Amino acid sequence: MDATPPRRDQPPTPSTPGELLRVEDLRTYFFHRGITVRAVDGISYQLDRGEVLGVVGESGSGKSVSGLSLLRLIDSPPGRIVSGRIWFDGQDLLRLSEAEMREIRGNEIAMIFQEPLTSLNPVFTIGDQIVEALVLHRGMTKAQAREEAITLLARVGIPNPAERFKAYPHQLSGGMRQRAMIAMALSCRPKLLIADEPTTALDVSIQAQILELMKELQRDFQMAMIFITHDLGVISEVCDKVNVMYAGRIVEQGTTPQLFTRPRHPYTWGLLDCLPKIDEPRRQRLTPIVGQPPNLARLPSGCTFHPRCPYAWDQCRAAEPPLFQLPEGQTVRCWLYEPSRAEAPVRLVTREELQLQRTVERRPLLEVDGLVKHFPITRGILQRKVADVVAVDGIDFTVNRGETLGLVGESGCGKTTTGRLVLRLLEPTAGSIRFDGVELRTLRGDQLRSFRRRMQIVFQDPFSSLNPRRTVGSIIAQPIEVHRLAQGREVEERVRHILERVGLNPAYANRYPHEFSGGQRQRIGIARAIAANPDFIVLDEPVSALDVSIQAQIINLLQDLQHDLGLSYIFIAHDLSVVRAVSDRVAVMYLGKIVELADNVEFYSNPLHPYTKALLSAVPRIDPTRRGARQRIILQGDVPSPINPPSGCRFHTRCPYRFTPCDKVEPRLRDIGSRHFVACHLYDPEFAKQAGLAGKAIPATEAVVGSPGRG
Amino acid sequence: MTDHDAALERPQRVTAVPTTLTLEELASERPESPWRLTWRRFVRHRLAVASAVFLLALFVVALLAPWIAPYDPNAIDLQLAQFGRPAAPSLAHPMGSDQVGRDLLSRVIHGSRVSLAVGFLATGFAIVVGTVLGAVAGYLGRWVDMLIMRVADMMLAFPPLLFLMAVLVGVRPTALTISIAIGVINWMYVARLVRGEFLTLRTREYAEAARAIGVPAWAIIFRELLPNAMGPIIVSATLSIPAAILTESTLSFLGFGIQPPTASWGNMLQNAFTYLRDYRAWWMGFYPGLMIALTVLAFNFVGDGLRDALDPRSRID
Repeated sequence: MDATPPRRDQPPTPSTPGELLRVEDLRTYFFHRGITVRAVDGISYQLDRGEVLGVVGESGSGKSVSGLSLLRLIDSPPGRIVSGRIWFDGQDLLRLSEAEMREIRGNEIAMIFQEPLTSLNPVFTIGDQIVEALVLHRGMTKAQAREEAITLLARVGIPNPAERFKAYPHQLSGGMRQRAMIAMALSCRPKLLIADEPTTALDVSIQAQILELMKELQRDFQMAMIFITHDLGVISEVCDKVNVMYAGRIVEQGTTPQLFTRPRHPYTWGLLDCLPKIDEPRRQRLTPIVGQPPNLARLPSGCTFHPRCPYAWDQCRAAEPPLFQLPEGQTVRCWLYEPSRAEAPVRLVTREELQLQRTVERRPLLEVDGLVKHFPITRGILQRKVADVVAVDGIDFTVNRGETLGLVGESGCGKTTTGRLVLRLLEPTAGSIRFDGVELRTLRGDQLRSFRRRMQIVFQDPFSSLNPRRTVGSIIAQPIEVHRLAQGREVEERVRHILERVGLNPAYANRYPHEFSGGQRQRIGIARAIAANPDFIVLDEPVSALDVSIQAQIINLLQDLQHDLGLSYIFIAHDLSVVRAVSDRVAVMYLGKIVELADNVEFYSNPLHPYTKALLSAVPRIDPTRRGARQRIILQGDVPSPINPPSGCRFHTRCPYRFTPCDKVEPRLRDIGSRHFVACHLYDPEFAKQAGLAGKAIPATEAVVGSPGRG
Repeated sequence: MTDHDAALERPQRVTAVPTTLTLEELASERPESPWRLTWRRFVRHRLAVASAVFLLALFVVALLAPWIAPYDPNAIDLQLAQFGRPAAPSLAHPMGSDQVGRDLLSRVIHGSRVSLAVGFLATGFAIVVGTVLGAVAGYLGRWVDMLIMRVADMMLAFPPLLFLMAVLVGVRPTALTISIAIGVINWMYVARLVRGEFLTLRTREYAEAARAIGVPAWAIIFRELLPNAMGPIIVSATLSIPAAILTESTLSFLGFGIQPPTASWGNMLQNAFTYLRDYRAWWMGFYPGLMIALTVLAFNFVGDGLRDALDPRSRID
C-alpha cells in the first residue's frame, strides 16, 4: 500500500470562472439522547461572485441551519457538521482551524439575522460595534475606524450618522437597527453576505426600504448574497436563483424566472398556490398544503414530502428520489421527473371554486364612536404624568352581523389596542362602544361577564396564548365552565365536539400545548374562542406567526366557522393580501386614526389615501420578469412617535402628495360615496379647490390590482 | 391559466419562529407533560439526586425516631458519665454521651425531628404567606402592590436575629412558635420573588385570554398563573429550609430556641461548648454540627438541581 501521507485535497475545478462558493453534500446533524435530527441532509449548490441566491423553506426545512453551517456557527455539543465540503474562494472551510475561520467570519463572509435587537449587543453603542469589526479585520486605528463607521452609517441610509454613532440599539427603531446590522456586516467588504430572514420582523413599508437598500448595496459592492426567507415575494424581488428546501434537502433549484414561470416540484406548486395574491382576482377559499411541516427526528420513509403531496404514489413512499437534472440547469427532487417516465407531469390546478355565499345584512352588531385610548407616561417618585402615548385617537367604525372587518396598519398604529378596547381588556379613555345596542363602558360585574361570553379573542402568538400547565381539554373547557353552559360529562362532550370542529383529533384533549405544532395550537386558540358560542371574535393577527402553508389552512377554517356559526370578525393584520381574502370591509389605521375605510372590492381596486397606496405598493410581487419595471412608492423615514404625533394630518411628514393645509388642519374621515371613507384633504372639495386640484384625479403610480371586473 | 404570478407578503412583527420543537421534545417518543420533563432533567444531576436520597433517609429516620433510637434521649445515666465527664464514643454508644450520660446518637436522631420540623414549618409558613401576598401584589399592582411592598420593607428593616430573640422572650419557645416566628421573618423574600414572577406572568397572553373569557381575578392568579410560577417558588423553598434550620440552631445555641432537655442540634451545640473546652469531648459538638452541615448542604444541592431542571430558558413558556 502507498505509504505517503494523503495530500491535502485540491479544490475542484470551478464550473464557471466567477465561482465563489461551492457546497458539496453538506450534512449537519443534531444528536440528542440517541436520536439524530438531520437538520441539513446533503445539500449541494454553487454561487458565483455577485450572484444572489435565495433559500426558501418553512420551519424544519433546514434553511437557517444551512446558513449557520457555512460559517460553522453550529453549537457543537448537540450539533455537528458530519460531512460535506464548503469550497469558498479555493479553500475548504470545513478543514480550517478555528483561528483561520475567525479570519473569514465578518471579514470575507458576513451574516445578518432576523431580529436585530437580539443580534446587536445591547450594552455597546452601534458605533462601537462597527468599530470593533473594523479594528479587528481591517487593522484600522480607532479614529480611522470611527470615520469609516460614520460613512457606512450614512451609506445605509441612517439620518444624522454622527449622532446615531453614539446610539444604543434599543434607542433605534427596527428598521434603523437592521440598517445598523447591515452596516456592521458590510464594514469589511465581505465577498459573501448571508442574510437570514432580515426583513421578516419589519413593517411592510420598512421592509420595502431595506430590500431596496440591500439590492443597491449588493450591486455597488459586487457582493454575493444568500438570502434565506420563507417569503416567495421577497425572493422574486431580490434573488437571481433559488433553492427550495424541505426537511433538510433541496427539492428544487433554478433561476428565479424559471422557478416562477415553470415551477417543478409539488411543494413549490403548493407554496405558490396556498396564499392569496394581491394582484390576482380575489379568492376567498385558499388551497392549503395539507398536513404539517415534518418532524425532523421522525422523517417519513421515501420522499419526505409524500405525506403532503397530492401526486404521491407507491414509489414515493418506498424510495427517496434523487435530484434529477432538467434542461437549462433546473434540478428537482421528485419521482414525477424520472427520465424513464413516459408522460410529462401535469400540474393539477385545483382551485376550489366554491364561493361561500354569505349575504351580509347591514345590521350593526358593534358600533364604535369616538374611541380614544391614552397611555400616561409618568416620571418621578410621585408618578406625575408628563405625557401621553396616544394609541387610539378618536375612531369610528361599525361591524355588521356576519361581517368581517379587516383592520390593517403597521406597528404603532393602534390596531391591536383597538382590538383590546372593543373587548374591554383595556379601559377606553373616552368614546362609546355599543354591542348589540348595549353600551359596554357602563357594564360591571356579572353583566360584563355575560357580555364577555359573546365577544372573544384569538391571539397572534400560538406559543404564549395557551397556558403551558393546562391540558388542551381544560383550556377549551374553561369558557364553558365559567359561563356554566354545561356540567360534568357534558363539558367533555362539548370539548370533543369542538376539537373535531377545528380539525383536531379529540383524543388529544389531555395533551399539553407544547406537544402541538404552531398551526395546531392556533386551532386550539380558535377552539377556545368558539367554545362559549360567541357572536363576535377579534382575530389579532391570527396567522402572522404561522408557516405559509399552514396559514391557508387556518384562514379556510376561520371562514368555514364564520359561515357555519354566523360569526362576525374583526381581522387585525398587516398582511394586505391575507386581509383581502377574508374581509368584507377594510379599514387602514395610522398613528391612532382611521385613514381609509371601504368595502373590499372598492378598497383594492380604488385605494385613495396616499398611505394606503404606499402600503399596497410595498407588497412584494411574484413576477420577476417585471422586476425593474414596477414603480414602487417607498415611503421615507420611520413612523413618527405616538407620543408626539405630527400636527394636522398625521401622515403629512411622509406623504408624497402633501400640500398647504396638510400640516395645519386635521382631515376628517369623509364619505365620498359608495361607502368609501377617506381622511385626506386631497379628497376634500374645499381644499382641493384651493389647491387647484378640483376634479383632477391623483396621479397613479401603478395600477396595484387587477381591474375591478375580475374581482 | 395563470399559474405563476402571485404576491406573497409576510412581514411579521412577532419573531416567534414557527414550530421549532426543542431537541428534547423531538427526541422523546411519547410527548410528555411539563412535570415529567422537569423530573427527567433533575435526575441528570447526580449530586442533587444523592442529596435527595440522603434527605429522604433523614426524613425516614426523623419519622421513626422513637423506634430507631437505641436509647431514650432524655435518659440520664450517671454510671456512664462519671463525675460529669462525657463518655467517649464506644460500641454501645457510637456517638458517645453528654455530661449526664444521655446517649448522643439518640439525641441526634431525635434532634433531627426538631430541625426538620422547624425547617419545613417555618418555610411552609413563609412560602404560603409570601406567595399569596406576592401574587396579589404582582398581579393587581398599583396601590395594593405599594401597600404590600411597604409592609414587606418595614419587616425587612428589622434585624432578623434580634427580632426573633425579642419575640421568643415573650412567647414560650416551642417548635411551632419558633417556626412561625422564623416564617414571619422570611416571607418577604418569597413575596418579592413571587411578585416579580407575577409582574411578568400577568402580561402573558393566556392571562389576557382568561380575562376575556370572564374569569375573575382571584381565579386567574391562583389557577392560571400560580402553576406557572411554581418553578422559582419551589427552588426558593428548597433553599429556605436550610436557612430556617440554621436559624433555629442559632437560636437554640443562644438559648432562645428549643429549651433543654428536649434535644435539638442547636442546643446540643451550645451544651457542647463548655465540655469541648474542659474535657476535650469533641464528640459532643462534632456530631450535631456534622448533621447540620450535611443537611444544609444536601438541601442546597437539591435546590441547585431543581433550579437547573426548572431553568426558564428551556421552560415551555
